[in-house]
Amino acid sequence: MTSETMNEQETSLVVQEIVKRIGSKRADLIPVLQEVTNQFGFISQPVIKELSALMSLPTKEINSVATFYRMLSTQPRGRHVVQFCESAPCHVVGGREVFSSLKQALALEPGQTSPDNKWTLLTTSCLGVCGVGPVILIDTDTYGNVTPEQVKEILSRYE
Amino acid sequence: MAFYRSTVLVSVDPICVEKGAYELIDSLQDELIKQGLLDEVQVLETPRLGDPEKLGPDIVVYPEGTHYTNITFFDVPRLVEEHFIKGRILKQYASKMIDAIDEELSAPKSKEIRVVLRNIGEVDPRNIEDYFAKDGYMALGKVLSEMSPEEVIQEVLDAKLRGRGGAGFPTGLKWKFARQSEGNVKYIICNADEGDPGAFMNRRVLEGDPHSVIEGMCIAAYAIGAQQGYIYCRAEYPIAVSTMNLAMKQARSMGLLGKNILGTNFSFDLDMRMGAGAFVCGEETALMASIEGGRGEPRARPPFPANKGLWGKPTNINNVETYANVPQIILKGSEWFSSMGTEKSKGTKTFALAGDVKNTGLIEVPFGITLREIIYDVGGGIKGDKKFKAVQTGGPMGGCLPESLLDLPVDYETLGQAGSIMGSGGMIVMDEGTCMVDIARFFMEFTQDESCGKCVPCRVGTHRLLEILEKICAGNGEDGDIEELVELSDQIKKNSLCGLGQGAPNPVVSTLTHFLDEYKAHIYEKRCPAKVCRALIKYEILDGPCTGCTVCARNCPVGAITGERKQTHVIDQDICIKCGICYQVCQFDAIEVI
Repeated sequence: MTSETMNEQETSLVVQEIVKRIGSKRADLIPVLQEVTNQFGFISQPVIKELSALMSLPTKEINSVATFYRMLSTQPRGRHVVQFCESAPCHVVGGREVFSSLKQALALEPGQTSPDNKWTLLTTSCLGVCGVGPVILIDTDTYGNVTPEQVKEILSRYE
Repeated sequence: MAFYRSTVLVSVDPICVEKGAYELIDSLQDELIKQGLLDEVQVLETPRLGDPEKLGPDIVVYPEGTHYTNITFFDVPRLVEEHFIKGRILKQYASKMIDAIDEELSAPKSKEIRVVLRNIGEVDPRNIEDYFAKDGYMALGKVLSEMSPEEVIQEVLDAKLRGRGGAGFPTGLKWKFARQSEGNVKYIICNADEGDPGAFMNRRVLEGDPHSVIEGMCIAAYAIGAQQGYIYCRAEYPIAVSTMNLAMKQARSMGLLGKNILGTNFSFDLDMRMGAGAFVCGEETALMASIEGGRGEPRARPPFPANKGLWGKPTNINNVETYANVPQIILKGSEWFSSMGTEKSKGTKTFALAGDVKNTGLIEVPFGITLREIIYDVGGGIKGDKKFKAVQTGGPMGGCLPESLLDLPVDYETLGQAGSIMGSGGMIVMDEGTCMVDIARFFMEFTQDESCGKCVPCRVGTHRLLEILEKICAGNGEDGDIEELVELSDQIKKNSLCGLGQGAPNPVVSTLTHFLDEYKAHIYEKRCPAKVCRALIKYEILDGPCTGCTVCARNCPVGAITGERKQTHVIDQDICIKCGICYQVCQFDAIEVI
């Protein structure tokens, strides 16, 4: 279920469950936000309000943390998140060509989501699989030794 | 633990996948179910086995080590019947026996010494008993039964172990300060936020030998008097996180974590905290802010964590590799450890070799080895036998060192004096086709993006450095740019709050020092000697070699190439976007970059 298909009450129940399971202390905020991102794809303002009440934290505090970390997003993302590793080891083994092929295939620039909500293109910090660069991460699938020619075929595996 | 009489490794390299590796796995599993062998034969996915272009899809069957190549789901029923039921090798598909390749960690080369990586690939990280078989937790037992906390600290001091996270602060001293700090509540943190691009040594230790880190942390906790510890691991490493979680659970169930460890009155437990994609959280004060649930912003030191750390309590924070060294030091003694290395840097260091070097992956070498030995003897030299140009050490806060410095012995001091840093151990080798101005721009893009924004020199300074470098790469460099880069770098270095800002100018300063001519060529001659910066190069088709095959014209995304079949083609420079596709697709080397 995604956040779009959930009504307010269902959303609220899920959020309550997350806080109950992980905790409502200040130190639990990041793990809670990570779980919210896992379940809803992003952290919406209504969810932040809900968390504010449950964790006794001002909404601005939660917003400030939610916008600081790259993996937490306050903006909706597509069904599949494509992340390209733009780190130096990938860069020096042909990453630039793979990235332009990827941008062309998706018709997206980093940070953008496709109009049909299928794809979001992001760049990622180093994934630490530098031995097989260039690397693309789609949702939780990692692809290594990618060539510009393979990009289309890899993308075609996703519905 | 389940036992299987056979294990099938199926290569899921992208090329093998394209050729039907997943269909092969599906049909293998179907056939094993059909034959009732599912409990006897295990099917696992593995990275590349052989050359996927020629041999894929391919599989290796253990324990025999039979390598079957070019195998598809059509062949599966016969394979299962012959190999798994009748026990006969299907000669038609079997190529020579091979060992599965670990692309990240090959067998040790002659100049390597493996201390931290010794168990990787040898023990099952998901089974604590494997670690016991390798003297696991013996050091903890020794410490708890025979040594006082002060003796433990003295042993680490005598070993001269220094922080492997990059700065190289003496570990024993850190522990001593935390021990001497007032207070009953103290914390231990393991910094597993290995964010330097190209560095993945810690990931392999966490994934491959998690208990060595847990044991090291327990010993440190005993030494400083801590009751609770945290492993702060970046979320980009999901396998490391799950492996560590399982390892902690197993250690707890065996009484190696928790209350009254090994029946003594020492109690200590561990928790996992995940990062959320912020590079700066590798800085210790930012990391602690993140564990506390806030924005990962660094703060000024002093007070140091040993006095005022997590939640204001005395805290000891070390890197994964530092902790992994500790059990070995306790077991084998400080003398053994300090017999390796140089005068001030003892022991070994893991590096992740990446870039244009033949053998990429992890290595572990004693301090004092030269860069040349690392690149040529351990790394096998430059790919394609091209010319070496530079090696970048120390991650984005490190520097680029040229050929003339290759005979430097690697230790914390010499790398620092040469204008680079040890850092956590990323080592990127670059060949002659790399533009050093572009590389400086590239690293600055990274630091500028990862700057947390708290202090002005770093936030604004890195942005300005990047602007100037972008201008130079775009062919708009002008007189005075180099001087401004130097001045800015100096100010950022002196005035930034944390290591990120203080180290940010290093890639610029080191390339300016060692490759000044390249900057000058960009600025004054509008030329990129390595032919990388797009604004400063153009593609042309050579009259002789061009056969008029039309491949380039058909592949040009903007229609800039024209020409009749079997006649030399021409690139219209006004339309050309310099994407380089024609250069890649040409079979006749007829396209030249100038």
